Amino acid sequence: MADLYTVNKSPFEKNSLENAIRFSGEGASVLLIEDGVYGAMAGTAVSDLVASATGRKFHVLRADLKARGISEDRLIDGVELVDYAGFVDLVVSHDKVQAWL
Amino acid sequence: MSDVKKFMYLNRRAPYGTIYAWESLEVVLIGAAFDQEVSLMFVDDGVFQLVKGSDTSESDMKNFTPTYRTLGDYGVRHMYVDKTSLEAHGLTQDDLIEVAWEDWESEEEVDNIVEVLDSEELAEKLGESDVVFSF
Amino acid sequence: MKLAVQVNEGPYQHQASDSAYHFTKAALEGGHDVFRVFFYHDGVLNGTRLTTPPQDDRNIVKRWVELAEKYDLDLVLCVAAAQRRGIVDDGEAERNGKDATNIAPKFRISGLGQLIEAAIQCDRLVVFGD
Repeated sequence: MADLYTVNKSPFEKNSLENAIRFSGEGASVLLIEDGVYGAMAGTAVSDLVASATGRKFHVLRADLKARGISEDRLIDGVELVDYAGFVDLVVSHDKVQAWL
Repeated sequence: MSDVKKFMYLNRRAPYGTIYAWESLEVVLIGAAFDQEVSLMFVDDGVFQLVKGSDTSESDMKNFTPTYRTLGDYGVRHMYVDKTSLEAHGLTQDDLIEVAWEDWESEEEVDNIVEVLDSEELAEKLGESDVVFSF
Repeated sequence: MKLAVQVNEGPYQHQASDSAYHFTKAALEGGHDVFRVFFYHDGVLNGTRLTTPPQDDRNIVKRWVELAEKYDLDLVLCVAAAQRRGIVDDGEAERNGKDATNIAPKFRISGLGQLIEAAIQCDRLVVFGD
């Protein structure tokens, strides 16, 4: 098992996503919530953060993505949508949760 | 899992601008009574929390910087500083306070528990923790 | 699984309270044991019953109360944070000579030790903050 990293900051505002990736090991999962969901968008100046991070699984909270008007087809390939029940499942299925605020 | 958990306090905020640095310290102080294995980590603006020479006399805020120096007495065994953040913020370890630690029973002493580590070492420390408190 | 939740931000200002609520609700509905929700910093403002949001907005405080009533959830406000921000229960009013109380039902005020205890007792701690 590995850790779940939650990121709630826009990658344009703060380096939380960058550092969550830097400190996460292979096999870790990153869940983007709140303004963190912008990190899951393809075609932005910071898309490479997620797109080039190999060995990590990325998830994005559907409710927060929808609230911000970002459609699923704007997501970086391989990013998986979860609902709150899926969030809970991720918490349960990882060793612990690290909140990168 | 043993009865004692490894607690990691992840500090990523500058002191004084917001309450987070101080409140993180409060949890560490209170938590000492619970006899867990406690480490602190300073990343991003969190490295500013350990800068020497804080003087709040003109700002009328409580100066909590000296409290960090006493953390050894509160059971804190390790204070890890992110090398990447330290360098990015124009600091070296000489700019940071020193925190001594002593085990009264075994008389084991450590002059300074503040350690500057690289990303891989920090990732390992985070990984082996049981609980991460984020501030 | 036994979960602890920490909320560091006030309602309406930051989404953290909403995220924490939806997460907690989903965990409870999924059959998990949420041992405690601990409110710290401005998070204690989740626990004032005097909140009056506009009719077309969600009532964040009421939502917590209803969730706590349904699942017997332990909602704890950090005492030092509550005192600083004027969240008062009967005990605090008496101790500090205040002329009113404003804590919402199902919430209680207690020390930071409750957070540490939750972290020790639970399998996971999930932090929602800024």
